[in-house]
Amino acid sequence: MAATANGVRDAFQRHPWSWLDALPFLAVAVLYFAANTYLPLGTQVMIMAIFALALDLALGYGGVATLGHAAFFGIGAYAAGLLALYVTSEPISGLLVAAAAAGAAGLICGALILRTRGLTLVMLTLAVATLLQQLANSLKSVTGGADGLFGFKIAPVLGLYPFDLTGRTAYWYGAAAMAVVYALSKAVVNSPFGLTIRGIRENPVRMRMLGVPVTRRLVALYAISGAFAGVAGGLSAQVTKLVGLDSLAFTLSGNVLVMLILGGTGSLYGAFVGAFVFVVLSDRAAAVSPFNWLFAIGIVLILAVRYAPNGLVGLMRRGGG
Amino acid sequence: MSGAALAVEHVSMSFGALRVARDVSLALEPGARHALIGPNGAGKTTLVNIISGLLTPSAGRILLGGLDITGLAAERRVALGLARTFQISSLFPLLTVAENVALALEARLKLDARLWGRLRSRGEIVDGAAALLDGLGLLPLAGKTVAELPYGQRRLVEMALVLALEPRMLLLDEPAAGLASAERGALVALLLGLPASLTVLVIEHDMSLVFRLAQRITVLVEGAVLTEGSAPEIRADPRVRDVYLGARSHG
Repeated sequence: MAATANGVRDAFQRHPWSWLDALPFLAVAVLYFAANTYLPLGTQVMIMAIFALALDLALGYGGVATLGHAAFFGIGAYAAGLLALYVTSEPISGLLVAAAAAGAAGLICGALILRTRGLTLVMLTLAVATLLQQLANSLKSVTGGADGLFGFKIAPVLGLYPFDLTGRTAYWYGAAAMAVVYALSKAVVNSPFGLTIRGIRENPVRMRMLGVPVTRRLVALYAISGAFAGVAGGLSAQVTKLVGLDSLAFTLSGNVLVMLILGGTGSLYGAFVGAFVFVVLSDRAAAVSPFNWLFAIGIVLILAVRYAPNGLVGLMRRGGG
Repeated sequence: MSGAALAVEHVSMSFGALRVARDVSLALEPGARHALIGPNGAGKTTLVNIISGLLTPSAGRILLGGLDITGLAAERRVALGLARTFQISSLFPLLTVAENVALALEARLKLDARLWGRLRSRGEIVDGAAALLDGLGLLPLAGKTVAELPYGQRRLVEMALVLALEPRMLLLDEPAAGLASAERGALVALLLGLPASLTVLVIEHDMSLVFRLAQRITVLVEGAVLTEGSAPEIRADPRVRDVYLGARSHG
């Protein structure tokens, strides 16, 4: 029996910890020593990687199609900004509050819209994000409206490391947040709940016929994904000391989706690869041609969809045998 | 009739002008082996969908062990011990066979929302899946995705899923459809070996299988019960023969 149980155990498509997991963090360390003028860009990559990880949980694992994930990024960003402005400038509690606010929003919004599927759901996610953006625009006294929320300070991390102009603290702070979100995401996909959400993605009706309350599980997933997206937003607010309406914008929802598709869905690794390629490419392309940089992204996306339908991670896996 | 494991009472339903169930009543004693037969389009699968909660009837009641479950969501009915298979295998194609079974096990063990601990470290799920797959001869296929399996083996995985739920009441929607004769034999052996306490309602076109398995048979025609009786009574009933011969001659 022990032997057969082992065979079955190996039949779970698991996400074991391996040297691959260390790779993004190795890259973080290498960039720090090799090219430290690019630290702010590296921090942007990490913020977007966290956001893409959040989206991968919802979309890649749970099959929740969304064009409005910026809603949670933005809520996290405003929550962190408002907390720093009115309550405390301590950064870690800022990220926790951002996660809690965005997670709660995921819970409420998920309960309202996750009964629907397919195109209807896509439109509703889009509608929620647009609604929130308009709300943020009209609540000028709270959010600063189109001018954005600014003028808040962020205290040194752990009281020791101040956010300085070189961006070193922000860089390591972002890397730590990314490590935590990644470890949590990995735990989620390896848990019994992780299998449940993959089952829902594959066949929601059959999941109901196994006795699983599908909508409730999806709402829980949406809240987790929302909380992680909120961490990305909170981090962005703390690092840039500015929260604008663009943190709730459709463009951001679209960009993170492009990153994830570029990198590959449903493996978590795709989030890192996609965020890196997208952010670095947009930055370099914008430096070359400030008005036409989207052109480069468009070409890469077309090539990726044509030659790497499972994303760059899928391409690497195929290349690696 | 209050002791019935499953009772369908005066159930009616229409899709637009099409009446798919007309005042259907059935009662299954605990441990019964009951077959539902009838020509294509008689409303057999519709009735199973109504009993399992995927469709809501416009009139009538469904009782499970005396409890009215007519207004209950499908997933709540499963928690009460009602499980079903699907006519066309309804599985999780990109997950492995072991993961398919594990989904049913974690649902029964109420672990499906558990966020902590690794799935593969959970003995009750790993050992449970190993035992079920072993019993069905599927153990060598545990690591294959369902999409890689031939049709007959998918039907067996389908059975593994419902057995993992340890139901009290089992609805089988054409379990032998599309099976080769050897696989059919294995399925019959499996069905005959089901625990006696389990109540089974089976839809099947294969009459030899129906007569081997079922003690009582209900014949459904155009959404209504034509007749109900023991297997020998149904076999001898000229009306049943007419309905089937009629259906065959139309194709």
